[in-house]
Amino acid sequence: MARPPKGPAAWTRRHLLGIRELTRGDLDAVLSLARKLKKTPPSAPPLKGRRLLTFFVESSTRTKTSFGIAARRLGAEVVDVSPVGSSLTKGESLNDTARTIESMGVDFSVVRHPASGAPHHISKAVRSSVVNAGDGANEHPTQALLDLFTMEEHLGRSSGLRVALVGDILHSRVARSNLWAHRLLGNDVTVVGPATLIPRGIEEMGATVTHDLDSVLGTHDVIMMLRLQLERQQAGLFPSTAEYARLFGLTRERMSKLRKGAIVMHPGPMIRGWEISSEAADGQASVIQDQVANGVFVRMAVLMQLGDAR
Amino acid sequence: MSSILIKGGRILDPSTGRDETGDLWIVGGKIAKSGRKAARTIDAKGMWVVPGLIDIHVHFREPGGEAKETIADGCAAAVAGGFTSVATMANTGHPVETAMAVRYVRDRAAEAGLARVFPFGAVTKGLRGEELAEIGLMAKAGAAGFSDDGHPVMNSEVMRRALEYAAMFGKPVVSHCEDAHLTKGAAMNEGPVATELGLRGWPAVAESAMAARDAMLSRWTGGHVHIAHVSAKETVEVIRAAKAAGARVTAEASPHHLTLDDQKLRGYDPRFKMNPPLRSAEDVQAVVAALADGTLDCIASDHAPHGTEEKEQEFAACPNGVVGLETTLGVILTDLVAEGKLTANRAIEAMTVGPARVLGLPHGTLAAGSAADVTIIDPGRKWKVDPAKFRSRGRCTPWEGRTLKGAAAVTIVDGRIVFES
Repeated sequence: MARPPKGPAAWTRRHLLGIRELTRGDLDAVLSLARKLKKTPPSAPPLKGRRLLTFFVESSTRTKTSFGIAARRLGAEVVDVSPVGSSLTKGESLNDTARTIESMGVDFSVVRHPASGAPHHISKAVRSSVVNAGDGANEHPTQALLDLFTMEEHLGRSSGLRVALVGDILHSRVARSNLWAHRLLGNDVTVVGPATLIPRGIEEMGATVTHDLDSVLGTHDVIMMLRLQLERQQAGLFPSTAEYARLFGLTRERMSKLRKGAIVMHPGPMIRGWEISSEAADGQASVIQDQVANGVFVRMAVLMQLGDAR
Repeated sequence: MSSILIKGGRILDPSTGRDETGDLWIVGGKIAKSGRKAARTIDAKGMWVVPGLIDIHVHFREPGGEAKETIADGCAAAVAGGFTSVATMANTGHPVETAMAVRYVRDRAAEAGLARVFPFGAVTKGLRGEELAEIGLMAKAGAAGFSDDGHPVMNSEVMRRALEYAAMFGKPVVSHCEDAHLTKGAAMNEGPVATELGLRGWPAVAESAMAARDAMLSRWTGGHVHIAHVSAKETVEVIRAAKAAGARVTAEASPHHLTLDDQKLRGYDPRFKMNPPLRSAEDVQAVVAALADGTLDCIASDHAPHGTEEKEQEFAACPNGVVGLETTLGVILTDLVAEGKLTANRAIEAMTVGPARVLGLPHGTLAAGSAADVTIIDPGRKWKVDPAKFRSRGRCTPWEGRTLKGAAAVTIVDGRIVFES
């Protein structure tokens, strides 16, 4: 039966709120467990009798489904309490909602929320393990873990890499979780995007900034495209999606400039024709479908680490 | 009225330059040179005897926001913190935008019978920034000045006319400098920490650009602009330049902007959420230096109580503001004076004659013949900040649990002891 490795490599934390809080050892431990789980599924369900709650105060298909599948494969019961017209909209506080739900008996709360820091806030009010499934523009830790897992799978290593994060860095939790992770691993990260979508002081998180996508294509091992939301254009942060696609989209023409062996990633959902062309999304270099598949193993590993740590 | 003798304290009165050990007499509600037969003698050995402290930026929420704070509770908090006079902001539950509302605030304060309360009136009707409120009638009813505070007057034409108009009555317009277009949805100071936390930034330029506009409007109109809660080093530069050019610009700094920086926001703790937000360490340094050199005229708490349930929300949703009246003195003495960043004399000046001059009040002095507003400070008293013990209805403070050194021992308003620890 797959078990988290004992000794210093096993997690001692109760929550996964962000990559920021993790150590290099934590990272290695969870990724190595995910590798093991992908190779050999657990023979007996290690989380049998446990209950996992998905609480998504922001729409999501893939992340919620992925957590649900991961939990069921480990034998846990999954309950979705995402508030669609439920009490949260009636003015109940986030803490009260969390406490109420917990009173029904829960071991893991998987939380997505539009406010940065909301899972941290909930974690102080509840006894269950809180897993951040994306909070505002702060973090999306399991996404960064599955990204690392996929990079390692395709590039044979997760350190000594040059990684480009391309697009709306300002609003991206995926970018932030990736930045923290690559900082732990000592990787070289370049953020690429229009000046209006690059937040001030991102260099202090270890990133190099450029506004020229073509300048990274021939040098970087990973080109990670981030989602573009139309409301950013409406907010006046760039003039048009057409201009954006020309300057910052991974077009067919740009694919020919990629360094040999480089991979193309995207956390989804993607809008073809804006930030990424079909040729890039479906081409040889794309590992986008593997990211989705690996998400399940990484989330299984996270739940096992947290479940045993308690 | 019976006489009081305050014996053997360090009498520290920046308004007259007095700093000596001696006795202070209060006779007939006034500061006196000498007296006979004290009805009450207070031993002030080891204490500082200073003019009653003045805070010209507080939110007492009444009328209309009594769940957060009342005038009576706010006044109790003031005198417990050593403050004998406060100026209340106009953005109450029902805004103070008429002479009637100004009189209401003054009447409620008189009923409480603790601190003196000087109400600000609104600059514009409904704090909407469009049409001038009845500034003249409010001035006649006793308004100390005019401010829409947290609803900054975005329209430069309206601000120009407000300055011109208020100047007829010799009153300042207090400006909460914030270009609202630059701060939509903002939760904290824009910079590396906000970037790291994924919180929408409130850029310092939204304050400094507005301060520059107001300083120029002040020069153009000759009106008096008072810049509230200066938080950014560029704003300090604007004020320094405006003063050098002879503009009628005054300014204040709050205890939190003088002592705390935005590194405290890691952890998404709502006790550190205010507007303007905590800035960088460099900004804090610049604000302290500006207070020390007189570029900033006074310390004001921006005492802003909120209900506990409101402050217990996720960070982006919880309201801005923390209470200050009961911690200001301790924080200033502990983190600025004891640290050698501000002299005791300048600290007391910035809480007495400094704010009195901004509003043209006849207080903040121990000169013989003036109304006897006196604060006796025990500079050695160590105490732990426990919000449960606050007189204020607000409980949210960034200093919760901190041990501070220095507190008000006795507070006297108009010759009456209104607080004794």
